[in-house]
Amino acid sequence: MSGTPPTALWEVFVRSKRGLSHNHVGSLHAPDAQMALRNARDVYTRRQEGVSIWVVPAIEIVASSPDEKDSFFDPAADKVYRHPTFYDIPAEVQHL
Amino acid sequence: MSAPDRAPMTSAVSTYALRLGDDALVLAQRLSAWSSRGHDLEEDIALTNIGLDLLGQARMLLTYAGTVEGGSRTEDDLAYLREERDFTNLLLVEQPNGDFARTIARQLLFSTWQLALWEALQSSADETLAAVAGKAVKEADYHRDHAVQWTLRLGDGTDESHHRMQAAVDALWPYVDEVFTVDDVEQALVAGGVAVDAASLRPGWDRFVDGVLAEATLTRPEDGWNPSGGRRGMHTESFGYLLSEMQHLHRSHPGATW
Repeated sequence: MSGTPPTALWEVFVRSKRGLSHNHVGSLHAPDAQMALRNARDVYTRRQEGVSIWVVPAIEIVASSPDEKDSFFDPAADKVYRHPTFYDIPAEVQHL
Repeated sequence: MSAPDRAPMTSAVSTYALRLGDDALVLAQRLSAWSSRGHDLEEDIALTNIGLDLLGQARMLLTYAGTVEGGSRTEDDLAYLREERDFTNLLLVEQPNGDFARTIARQLLFSTWQLALWEALQSSADETLAAVAGKAVKEADYHRDHAVQWTLRLGDGTDESHHRMQAAVDALWPYVDEVFTVDDVEQALVAGGVAVDAASLRPGWDRFVDGVLAEATLTRPEDGWNPSGGRRGMHTESFGYLLSEMQHLHRSHPGATW
């Protein structure tokens, strides 16, 4: 709205059901943490998407830089032995 | 209960369901006008979510009212084909949206009452009303919380927001008295364990609203002029405009679906 300073940006994480981790679902604007939580409930869980919500000030998130992509991620490319593909996974393990 | 006694009781249940349904329907219609008008997308969705909750409550109650009275009128008949004088909602819910503070104040005053109503109505002798209350109580709990959060922030915010929030509470205060008025129809239902004695909800309402107003640095208005008549179909000026907009499509294209 013109003349109104924009409110802070918040990142929203939703746990879709017990046993699963919170996943990033998007972001929103809110004046403070309690309103951010309520806005997240209204914007991101109105179709039964979640059982738990986290909101985090976007400004508090420290992100890796695209400039660091080579040094950060490329060295893992040839370390195939780090993948747990040499084990037989029991059928009961659902969320590995 | 013998057969001759049933008719008036049945009629009263229908009247009661219609009153509560009209409250929810009219406020849902008011809130729907905030769609695309909120101060940000988040609040846009919050207010229309509340409106949709209320519309869901209205549909159950109007359907039930129609069934109890004999089954000749559907929820659509009751929502779209009644005249202004046939609507029995509280005057509070039909008050115009005004600015954001006015909408929040209306929600605070109404949802605090409606939450207490649904909590008590869950133990109604009427199974359908008890079931509607059981579903609606969680919705009203959130509606009240939303209104409280904003009342605190606007009341204890800037000079401008404080001024607007106080003006909103002052403007709507006269319509509170009607909410707790119990007429003969409801008195009979209260005696039968069907309806909630609205007057009995007043002390709890006062405690809660007083607490919110104090925390928001707002002043509780003096009790004074107390208009009423909504339950008898006597409405305030803006209600006719709300109704004509709500009913326009159905009356222009009877039975339209999409």
